Amino acid sequence: MIERMTETTLPASLAEIRDEFLELPEPERLQLLLEFSNELPAIPARYEGHQELLEQVLECQSPVFIAIEVDDDDRVAMFATAPREAPTTRGFASILVQGLSGLTVDEALAVPDDYPDSIGLRRAVSPLRLSGMTGMLARAKRQIRAKRHSS
Amino acid sequence: MTVEFDTSSPKFAEYAEPGRLVTGEWLEARLGQPGLVVVESDEDVLLYETGHIPGAVKVDWHTELNDPVVRDYVDGKGFAELLSSKGISRDDTVVIYGDKNNWWAAYALWVFSLFGHEDVRLLDGGRDKWIAEGRPITTEPTVRERTEYPVVERDDSVLRAYKDDVLAHLGNPLIDVRSPEEYNGSRTSAPAYPEEGALRAGHIPTAKSVPWARAVAEDGGFKPRAELDAIYREEAGLSDGEPIIAYCRIGERSSHTWFVLKHLLGFENVRNYDGSWTEWGSAVRVPIVTGDAPGEVPGRS
Repeated sequence: MIERMTETTLPASLAEIRDEFLELPEPERLQLLLEFSNELPAIPARYEGHQELLEQVLECQSPVFIAIEVDDDDRVAMFATAPREAPTTRGFASILVQGLSGLTVDEALAVPDDYPDSIGLRRAVSPLRLSGMTGMLARAKRQIRAKRHSS
Repeated sequence: MTVEFDTSSPKFAEYAEPGRLVTGEWLEARLGQPGLVVVESDEDVLLYETGHIPGAVKVDWHTELNDPVVRDYVDGKGFAELLSSKGISRDDTVVIYGDKNNWWAAYALWVFSLFGHEDVRLLDGGRDKWIAEGRPITTEPTVRERTEYPVVERDDSVLRAYKDDVLAHLGNPLIDVRSPEEYNGSRTSAPAYPEEGALRAGHIPTAKSVPWARAVAEDGGFKPRAELDAIYREEAGLSDGEPIIAYCRIGERSSHTWFVLKHLLGFENVRNYDGSWTEWGSAVRVPIVTGDAPGEVPGRS
């Protein structure tokens, strides 16, 4: 029953990403994470020189910053920036940017907090490193909650 | 088969064991030579995949050198399997390099040393210096033929200190290589690093604060012998013949300092306390000092 509930609340975008990882044998999951890392879009120019608009994800070992926008229709957009020398962290950020952007506030807030544990990276990446992604998701959800228009 | 030492650097010649380091130039000229295996060991588990020294294999500290269940390193069987799968033989010359000024490379070198792998060296300046010098990097996967690395049990008695060893050691030199903020107790993890699991902040009584990065020169390599002597012998007061223990948060930054003390300055009895602050700062009833002064050995009754 619990699993079914998770199924129904996990947005299609994040479910697809999870399935992509789980379909691969473990060593190849790192390559997929690297692909996500390379796909992380640059943060919009309006954030340049506005460090105060970005939130640092302290749970990550590398300097990664996120920003959340919620538009008038309560749709979420997430942006992130992390150095090239930190591809693992960039990969985590890229998964969440792709998975959360475009969702409604309610859909995004329904994403299970333990989503990072469900994508099959615990052994390939190590739980310690994966906790950085959990922190990133928690901070994104906190910002979404604070920025939502409806209540 | 072992590869000759790098004797090209006047800086290396001053060190106690000049053969423990190689320059980028020396390594580039020998890539692919039989008996030489290049190992990359990084903090970031994916960095190797973004580009590595041609022919280098990756050894990951967290997913490969650590036991997945117990907080310990792999055992002799696990290490033999790991090195066999990487295509490393017991008598190969292993040159390790990595990100973050070789933190994890030094950590891997220390673990290799626990298993008595004799010829293991560091690339001075690590990954960043290699790239800064414009040397080759490739994303081509490395294929090495599997070897039969022998099962050798790990010897923790000489190079590794456990918590009880540190308690018994109090009164002898201890070097805390963490940041000043971690040392004086204002935080439990390095600035910009996550707070990860120590319940108390401060340092082990009598430990001197010598942050690891003080051993690093501007080019990312190790400082010359005379500068290291000034820091560790004159300033921190270390002298030959004394037993020394270095620690940090989980033992990676202190591996870097351990390498400096043991191989570059030639102190004979240097151990790394890998339990470090994440163990000491959460252990029940161990003595802790806060503030910038080293503090005193607590009275024993």
